[in-house]
Amino acid sequence: MIVGNRKPFEEILEMVKPFKKILLLGCRECITVCAAGGEREVGVLASELKMARAKDGQEIEIKEFTLERQCDYEFIDQIKPFIDDYEAVVSMACGAGIQYTAEHYPSKIVLPAINTTFLGVTLEQGVWSERCQGCGECVLHLTGGVCPVARCAKSLFNGPCGGSASGKCEVNKDTDCAWQLIVDRLKTLGQLDRYEDFIPAKDWKPSRDGGPRTRVREDLRLC
Amino acid sequence: MRLNYPTFIKIIKVPCTGRVDILTLLKAFEAGVDGAYVAGCMEGECHFLKGNIRARKRVEYAKTLLAEVGIEPERLEMYNLSAAQGARFAAIANEMAEKIRSLGPSPLKKAKAAFVA
Ligand code: SF4
Ligand code: SF4
Repeated sequence: MIVGNRKPFEEILEMVKPFKKILLLGCRECITVCAAGGEREVGVLASELKMARAKDGQEIEIKEFTLERQCDYEFIDQIKPFIDDYEAVVSMACGAGIQYTAEHYPSKIVLPAINTTFLGVTLEQGVWSERCQGCGECVLHLTGGVCPVARCAKSLFNGPCGGSASGKCEVNKDTDCAWQLIVDRLKTLGQLDRYEDFIPAKDWKPSRDGGPRTRVREDLRLC
Repeated sequence: MRLNYPTFIKIIKVPCTGRVDILTLLKAFEAGVDGAYVAGCMEGECHFLKGNIRARKRVEYAKTLLAEVGIEPERLEMYNLSAAQGARFAAIANEMAEKIRSLGPSPLKKAKAAFVA
């Protein structure tokens, strides 16, 4: 799932400074699961904003609304009947949802309340960890199911580097060295011979280097 | 026991402090209370095992939110006591009331008064 953090409160407060009526828009998908921008976080931010503004004698009217998915044409129209009653939208979706809302309502100011950070997993309640960077050409079959792109600080394809020490990455002593994990897993799988295979330089075009990506399934299209 | 505690303290009953949500706490402050505290069972004695531990964590988190907003976090506290500790209940109520008195009314109330005046 996509994982994000709510922006610091001060930053959000500053963004909404010019407005008296805002629509605070959450999303019920990934950003709800990582407890950053779901219905509850919308409630908390609304409450904080109302208190901070009331304290300064600058009351603010906030409509709280949470869409099933903010990144999907099927749901984005739900705010159409009332969006114009508000001067700006503060979106608590991931970067994709925030942009999709802005795209659909071009004359509306749409502000981000979330710093979108990574594609990851829930390790335990309240703890999320990065796993994938959407590189467009997965190599997990070569690397024991551990991603060298997202989990190695240098995205090395033939690691580890000289900074790997006691299983930890030189970038941060709390971070596992991805290549240690890869070697360990290959051992567990009885595939350590694969470690001898040289993995050629990656073609980064299917990744971000080829520019923004679009996916089309012609058979599914209605037009 | 006939112990006294300040009459302006309103008690909201919950089945377990584990039921207390961050939003419940924030909404109280939004409504203009000067202070609030959560009175949970002794640690290790929760009937639902961890309700009071979770409540404490939420209170700590809600305090950081209040601080962000500019409301003194000391206006919100968590206490642990057992149902048999009537004297402690009264002492906590008095202690909290004293603390809130020294802090004065909630900044939200002060702002509203200034706005109206
Ligand atoms: S190799 Fe690419 S697609 Fe596969 S997990 Fe890593 S970043 Fe994601
Ligand atoms: S120590 Fe390991 S994870 Fe860190 S940069 Fe080097 S190979 Fe990558």
